[in-house]
Amino acid sequence: MHISEGVLSPAILGLGAALTAVGTAIGLRRLDYDRLMTVAILAAAFFVGSLIHVPIGPSNAHLILNGLLGAILGWAAFPAILVGLMLQAVLFQYGGITVLGVNTFNMAFPAVLGFYLLRPAMVGSGRARSVAAFCCGALSVAGAGLLTALSLAFTAEGFLRAAQLLFLAHVPVMVVEGVVTVLAVSFLIRVRPEVFSIS
Amino acid sequence: MAAAFSVTVAMVRHPGTAAAGLLMAMIALCASLPPKRALLRRVVLVNVFILFLWLTVPLTMPGETLWTLGAVGVSREGLELVGMVTLKSNAILLAFLALVASMDSPTIGHAMARLGVPSKLVFLFLFTYRYVHVIADEWQRLRTAARLRGFVPRTDMRTYATVGHLFAMVLVRSLDRSARVYRAMILRGFDGRFASVCRFTIRPRDGLFVLCGLAAHILMIFMECFAGVLRV
Repeated sequence: MHISEGVLSPAILGLGAALTAVGTAIGLRRLDYDRLMTVAILAAAFFVGSLIHVPIGPSNAHLILNGLLGAILGWAAFPAILVGLMLQAVLFQYGGITVLGVNTFNMAFPAVLGFYLLRPAMVGSGRARSVAAFCCGALSVAGAGLLTALSLAFTAEGFLRAAQLLFLAHVPVMVVEGVVTVLAVSFLIRVRPEVFSIS
Repeated sequence: MAAAFSVTVAMVRHPGTAAAGLLMAMIALCASLPPKRALLRRVVLVNVFILFLWLTVPLTMPGETLWTLGAVGVSREGLELVGMVTLKSNAILLAFLALVASMDSPTIGHAMARLGVPSKLVFLFLFTYRYVHVIADEWQRLRTAARLRGFVPRTDMRTYATVGHLFAMVLVRSLDRSARVYRAMILRGFDGRFASVCRFTIRPRDGLFVLCGLAAHILMIFMECFAGVLRV
């Protein structure tokens, strides 16, 4: 899901950085120091979550979990994902400084959308909750894949086919993310329902 | 400085300049003396994405066909685009490795604070970094417990259910931990600011470094303009 450095055009990089700056500003304004620590440690947890590999058929993929993150943190997903990507850049050199804005926006924006559209149903009960949680997990990954593909496609026409392939490769990941999100949400609601009142 | 370098290289449009950027990044990297084996692994990892582009873009990009492989033609424009991306990507990566990754994260955090990054973001960065390893240990513990009970990851519902529950458990524990840590910090008089024990000072060496960096930038910008003039 990460776009490396040096691939995208300056216009896309600038746009991504600007949108991320706005999202992060909103996220930070809504956070006070009382909840900052919670967000920091949850960001660490999601960073660890993105290192979890699950088998899909013959291959395996790592989880992204931006849907669940968005559902729990709301707008704070922007700073949390930004920080997570910064750490990935520093620790593993995935992504980098110039693409930080684009990558953050691509993952955080669908997460925030999920927060507004699907979260009310996710804290409900019964089948509606499962469906909403599945959609939240799957569509957040789909949205992130779509935005990534779009940023590639708008950079150069030649990347169009590569972008399409990249998106298709994410379809199985979407299903797995959806399933994992459903189960994680039902577990959290049973064990610690106040998780969903952080944001 | 790394950021400025990355931005400049990302803007560059001519292969010659990109290659020069790569060379400069290599020089900076040699100066920072990183451990070789770890370095190599990281460079290879990033180039996996580049390899993916090499495999797809030249085959699918419309343009003048150089040669054909069975049914698909390899286009010149496609090759140029990917070659360019490869050069730029590696130049930025090496510069980043040399200039940023050789710092430890607390230093990066303090540097960000001094550069005017919002203090809440710096706080998040420092504490997320601080607890990543702790949470990773937590996850490992749960996974070990699952494996002791005979859990083998497969492509089935049970695996995904287990992973979902384990991860949710990690979230619950993180939440509890954050409450404990925050209370402990309040007890020690935390008021939203960090008092740093070590101070950063500017040494003559740093001034020299900034000068060299500026010179390298100006050189690259010149090459970019000059190449443009030559082509037209």
